[in-house]
Amino acid sequence: MTRRSATVVLVGVPLVFFALFFAFPVLRVLWRGLGQDQAEALRDVVSSSRLRSVGWFTFWQALASTVLTLGVGLPAAAVVSRLSSRRQRLVRAVVTVPFVLPTVVVAGAFREVLTVTGLDDGPVTLRHSVWVVLAAHVFFNYAVVVRTVGSFWAGLDDRVEDAARVLGARRWQAFREVTLPRLRPAIAAASAIVFLFSFTSFGVVLVLGGPRRSTLETEIYRYAVTRADLPTAAALASVQLLAVLAMVIVANRLERRRPVHSRPAQRAARSGSLLWPVGNAIVALVLLGGPISVLVERSLAEGRGYGFGNYVALAERISQLPAPALTAVGNSLTVAVVAAAVAGLVGLCASLVVVHGRRGVSHLFDLGLTLPLGTSAVTVGFGILIALDRPPVDWRTTWWIVPVAHALIGVPFVVRSLVPVLRSINPAMREAAAVLGAPPSRVWREIDLPIGARGLMVGVGFAFAVSLGEFGATAFLPRQPDQITAPVALFRLLTSPGDLLRGQAMALSVVLMGLAAFAVLLLELGSSNRRGTF
Amino acid sequence: MLVLSEVVVRYGSTRAVDRVDLTLEAGECLALVGPSGCGKSSLLRAVAGLEPLAGGTVMLDGRRIDSVAPDQRPIGLMFQDHALFEHRDVAGNVAFGLRMQRWEAARQRQRVAELLELVGLAGYGSRAIATLSGGEAQRVALARTLAPGPRVVLLDEPLGSLDRSLRERLIDELPEVLAATRTAAIHVTHDQDEAFALGDRIGVMVDGRLLQVGPPAEVWARPVSLEVADVLGHRNVVKVDGRPEVWRSDAATFTVATDDAAVGQAGADRWVTVERVVFRGVAAEVWVRTDEGQQLRFLLRQEPPTVGDRVGLVIDPERIIRL
Repeated sequence: MTRRSATVVLVGVPLVFFALFFAFPVLRVLWRGLGQDQAEALRDVVSSSRLRSVGWFTFWQALASTVLTLGVGLPAAAVVSRLSSRRQRLVRAVVTVPFVLPTVVVAGAFREVLTVTGLDDGPVTLRHSVWVVLAAHVFFNYAVVVRTVGSFWAGLDDRVEDAARVLGARRWQAFREVTLPRLRPAIAAASAIVFLFSFTSFGVVLVLGGPRRSTLETEIYRYAVTRADLPTAAALASVQLLAVLAMVIVANRLERRRPVHSRPAQRAARSGSLLWPVGNAIVALVLLGGPISVLVERSLAEGRGYGFGNYVALAERISQLPAPALTAVGNSLTVAVVAAAVAGLVGLCASLVVVHGRRGVSHLFDLGLTLPLGTSAVTVGFGILIALDRPPVDWRTTWWIVPVAHALIGVPFVVRSLVPVLRSINPAMREAAAVLGAPPSRVWREIDLPIGARGLMVGVGFAFAVSLGEFGATAFLPRQPDQITAPVALFRLLTSPGDLLRGQAMALSVVLMGLAAFAVLLLELGSSNRRGTF
Repeated sequence: MLVLSEVVVRYGSTRAVDRVDLTLEAGECLALVGPSGCGKSSLLRAVAGLEPLAGGTVMLDGRRIDSVAPDQRPIGLMFQDHALFEHRDVAGNVAFGLRMQRWEAARQRQRVAELLELVGLAGYGSRAIATLSGGEAQRVALARTLAPGPRVVLLDEPLGSLDRSLRERLIDELPEVLAATRTAAIHVTHDQDEAFALGDRIGVMVDGRLLQVGPPAEVWARPVSLEVADVLGHRNVVKVDGRPEVWRSDAATFTVATDDAAVGQAGADRWVTVERVVFRGVAAEVWVRTDEGQQLRFLLRQEPPTVGDRVGLVIDPERIIRL
C-alpha cells in the first residue's frame, strides 16, 4: 500500500464512521431541537420551570459527584503512586472493575444495599434520595481519579518534593506548594471526565433516582420513549449537547496541558506509616466491595437458604421478558464482540492519525474523538432513531446498528488507551529501525505494532465491557423481541415487582458483572501499559 | 560540627549505607567519591532526613538530629538534576526556603537578589525555569539551597549533568560561593578530579562503606586498599609475592628503546612491549605489557613510542605503594 492510500484509509475509516453514525444523527437532533419549526418547543423547554430545575439538578449532582469522587479518590491515588509498579498495576486493574460494570447492574446493587441495610424503608430512608445517586457515581468514577491521578503522580519526580522538605516545608506544605500544583493538570482532567460522566449518567439516575429525581438525560428518555414527545426530547437533547460540547472543549484543553513525564530513575521504598494505605483500602473495600458483595449474596439467596436457583431460572422463559435472560446474555456477548472489533479497528486508525497526523488533523481527531465520550448515550440512540430512518440510510432496525452504536461509545476508550502508548514510543527507536534497514511499513510492524498492541488490547477490552453494559443508546433502538440485550432485560426485571424476579435480576447482574470484570482484568493484568488515561 | 556514627540505611534487605562514621568541621568541604551505586546519594539523603536511618546517629552541633523531620534540620541538599520547581520562576525557587521560614517579603527580596548576585545570575529573578540553560539551572539550584542559610549543604553530583568546560568553570566558582557564605559542605561525585579539586578532605565510598577519609594528597599517596586505589584512578596494580602493589600511573619514567644502545641505558630495570598509544592532549597514554604478561598504563609527557616498540621502564621505588 502506498503512503498516500494508507493515509486515505487511516483518515477515511474513522471519518466516515463518525460522520455517519455520530455527526449525522447528532446534527439531526440539533436540527430538530433548534430548527425554525422547533423554536417553540425549545422556548417552552428553556422557560419551563420544571425543566430548569431538572437542568439545575443535573448540574449540581454532577458537581457534587465530582467533588465527592475527588475526596475519596485523591488519597487513594496518593497511596497508589507509592506502590511498586507491579502492585500499582494490580490495584489499577481491580479498581477498574466497578468502572466498567453496567450502570443498571450498579443501580440494582445499590438498591439492594439499601434493602439489606434497612435504609430503604425505615426511620431514615435513602430510597430515591440524591445520596444514593451520588454514592453510585463515586462507585463508578473512583477508578477515573485513581488511575488518572495515580499514574500521573507516580511519574512525578519525588525529589522536587524532597527539595521543598529540605528547604523547610512541612509535609502538608510541600504537598500544597509543590505536589498539588504539579498534579493540577491530572486532577483537572480527571474532574472533567467525572463531571461529564455524572452529568450524562443515565441508568443510575433512572433506577435509583425514582420518579422525582430527573436529569436532562432521563428527561430526554422520558419525553422520547414514555411520552413520545419527540420535539421536546430533541430540544432537551440540544441543550444537553451544547453543554457537553462546551465541557468537552474545556476538558480537552486541560488534558492537552499535561506534560509528558518520565519515571524518576530511583524511587526509594519508604517505610511510612501503614495508616494511610490501610485506611484507603478499607474505604475502597466498603465503597467498591460492599455493593458487589451484596449483589452476589442476594443472587444466591433462596428463601431462607442459599443456592443456584436464581441462576438456573435465567434459562427459563418468563412473561416479563420476550426471551429467556440467558438468551439476552448470549445476544449481549455477540453484540459486544462485534462492537469491540469495530471499535478496535476504527480506534486503531484514529489513534494513528492522532499520533502521526499533521498537526491540524491530529488536533481535530483528538477533539472529535472525545465528543462521543461526553455525549450522552441517550442522545446518540435518539439521534440514530430519528436520523437513520429512511433510505438510503434506513438502518435503525438492522441487526448491526446496535453493535455500531456501542462501537461509537467504545472508540474513545480505544483511542485513549492506545494514543499514550504510541506517543511514549521513543522516535529514536523508529529511526534506529530505519537505519538498520527497515522500510516504513516494516518499522511500523516491528516497533509500533508490538508496543501498541497492548494498549490496543486494553482499549478493546474496555470497548467490550462498555458494550456489554450499554443501556442508554440501546434502550432507544427498536429490536426484534428475541434480540433483547442483557442490560435492557435487567432493567425490565428490576422495574417489575416481585421477589422472584428480583432474585433473577441479581443473578443476571452477577453474570454481567463477571463477564465485564473478566474482560478488563484479563487485559489490564496482561498489559504493561501504565500510561492509559482511564 | 556534623558527626555521623555507625550510620546504616537500608532499602529492603540491602544495605545502601553500611555503618558510616564521618565528621565534618565548620566551613570545611568534604568530597565523597565513589562509583555510582556505592551509597553516597543515600548517605546524603539520610543526613538530610529524607531516608530513615536503620542504625547509627547523626549529630549536629552536639544535638542528635536523626529523628528530626527534614524540614526542621538546618541542612541544605542540592539534587543531582536540580529538582527545581518548574511552576515557579527563578526568584520563586530561591525564595522558597525563606517563605517556609516566614521571612518578611522585603527581606526575602533582598536575600534573593543577594544570592542571585552571588551565583552570577543577577536580574534573572523573573525568568521561567524552563528557559534556563543547564549551567543557569545549576546556579539557581545552588542559590536556592544556600538562601535559607543552612549550617551544612549536601551537594549530590551537582556538576554531573554539565558539559566539561562549564563543569571546570563551576569547580572554580563553587568553593568561592561556599566560602562567601561560610557553609560547610559534603560534595558527592563519581569523578576523582572533581573530588581532588573541591575537597579539603576526601572520603572514598565503595559498596555502602566509607573506606578512607583524609586530605586528598594523603589519600592519593596512601590508599588503604585496592578498592580505594581503584576509585582514585590508580591503574597499575602488580601482584608481587601475593601482595599487591600499586604503581601510580604518572609516577613512572619511560626510556624509549629505539636502538640497541638504549638497551644498556642505566636505570631501566625492565623491558616492556608497547601495546597501545592514545593521544590525550598534553600527554600520551601508553599501554605496555611486561615479559611476565602484566599490563600497565602510563601517562607520558614526552614523544610517545609506537606500538610494538620494546622500551625500557624506569620506576621510582619511592612512588610504589605496597598494600
